[in-house]
Amino acid sequence: MNIVVFVKQVPDTETRIQLKDGVVDTSSVKWVANPYDEFAIEEGLRIRERLGQGKVTVVSLGPDRVKEAIKYALSLGADEGVHVKGDEVALSDPLAVATVLAAAARKLGFDLILTGKQGVDHDWSQVGVMLAEILDLPHVSVVVHLEVDPDAKKGKAKREVEGGAELLEFDLPAVITAQKGLNEPRYASLKGIMAVKKKVIPEWSPADLGLDPASLAEGAATIRFVDFALPPPRPAGRILEGDPADTARELVRLLREEAKVI
Amino acid sequence: MAPTFAVLAETKDGVARKVTLEMLAEARRLAQSAGGGSVGAIALGPLDAGEPARLAQHGADRIVHVESASLTTYSAEAFCGAAQAALGQAKPDSLFIAATSQGKDLAPRLAARLRVGLASDCVGFEIRDGELVARRPIYAGKAFGRVSWSTARPRIATVRPNTFAALPADAARKAEVEKVALEAVNVRARVVGFEKSEGEMLDLTEANIIVSGGRAMQGPENFELLRRLCTVLGATLGASRAAVDAGWIDHSHQVGQTGKVVNPTVYIAVGISGAIQHLAGMSSSRTIVAINKDKDAPIFKVASYGIVGDLYQIVPKLTEEFAKVLRE
Repeated sequence: MNIVVFVKQVPDTETRIQLKDGVVDTSSVKWVANPYDEFAIEEGLRIRERLGQGKVTVVSLGPDRVKEAIKYALSLGADEGVHVKGDEVALSDPLAVATVLAAAARKLGFDLILTGKQGVDHDWSQVGVMLAEILDLPHVSVVVHLEVDPDAKKGKAKREVEGGAELLEFDLPAVITAQKGLNEPRYASLKGIMAVKKKVIPEWSPADLGLDPASLAEGAATIRFVDFALPPPRPAGRILEGDPADTARELVRLLREEAKVI
Repeated sequence: MAPTFAVLAETKDGVARKVTLEMLAEARRLAQSAGGGSVGAIALGPLDAGEPARLAQHGADRIVHVESASLTTYSAEAFCGAAQAALGQAKPDSLFIAATSQGKDLAPRLAARLRVGLASDCVGFEIRDGELVARRPIYAGKAFGRVSWSTARPRIATVRPNTFAALPADAARKAEVEKVALEAVNVRARVVGFEKSEGEMLDLTEANIIVSGGRAMQGPENFELLRRLCTVLGATLGASRAAVDAGWIDHSHQVGQTGKVVNPTVYIAVGISGAIQHLAGMSSSRTIVAINKDKDAPIFKVASYGIVGDLYQIVPKLTEEFAKVLRE
């Protein structure tokens, strides 16, 4: 079973977002593998372990720094990694990203594609589902439980929705987007970290994938950011101290009479 | 040329959900601000007899309805085919879809099929020089970006629920219903069941009041304190990542950058210090209440009201006090 996992590199969730010259300043950002993609990597590894066969290939699109995300996935146990080189500004359009990743998936061949439900940077939540459409595959998004049967070419998934979970059956190959709760990602082992050093990470350009670079230029984007802003600061609040019963009573009064929200 | 909007009606058991009416109101406002455009509603699957009139009364000028046996339950593939068929009839410049589990599952598939731009989870719109511009949170709300579309039509946007107010029903408003047929769609991912989550609480993204617990809850058993407060207030229970990662409560309750981004009227943070990834997910709440024993905790910087003290003493008193005043 060939499992392809798409991983994005994003700023760590502890990052305080600052603007510089009108855009998000990423100069001092600590880059990490997207947390939702970590669940996708882990699920790929678990499926391979459960089946006792198969290959997990991790693909990341972006500038040279994304190699670190690929190496991280390799240290966890992924078999191979591929770096698809791309300019981050031009590739801020999710449809362009999905188009490139779909071409990479075709070149690799696959039985299952896994990725996170969203990148915790621009929060588009689009690429995984778009991949399915471009590759003419079924998809299940926001998945918290997954079973696959490669012999029958079938799978079962549980997907989180408002007020509960939907249970789905799907045909393989398919695209699955991972939600937190799907699994508990492992830590890299020393052996895994050492093994990364021996791995060669091929670099593919969009042209290597048969894509016209002009179709991926910034001007070809279907959607683009015009400008950025930080949320307005919240006005200073009223902080109460003292006897628990008194402060609780005062808080209830303020919520009802001043804020008028309860 | 006057702009044309369409709203993909999200329905439940044949009835349009509140977010549908919210989107109609915003589309109406934009159409008017652009000098009198039209607003269509697109309904896929079963629709109660009174619903077309209700959609018209809340802002739709026309209704395109696709009905087919394959639309009885939601599937991305069948709904994508149906939406495409409806768009062929409605031909809007801009299409709004709800940023719900269903809408977020469908919209990227539809945008990729039509090869048009999709702005996700929008919280504001304006028309600038005749072009639609959308405002949307990024980094879970640590920042906002405004986005614009290429010339490919329709522009698609998913719209966050509880962001816009629905218009009051106007009985004088009427709309024609146009039926569109759907050819058979090969559905390769099918919903076969539903598991309801425990309890009767609203989903975090739909809740008006949220009570969240953090690291200071110390264990799963102490969440009972918060559940009691939730019951009194009709609130939904949330949690910080620390509490979820410790295994005290299920991930579906997590608020923050790797959980839900919420915007309730009241958010009560109990024993939550306010890590930046938590603040990102809740700081657009209208009123924030913090209860924490550390008066220097970052949560107090975003709080509208706070109590510095021991949550194990304060929360029971607060529950008692709310129960008393809400009974009156």
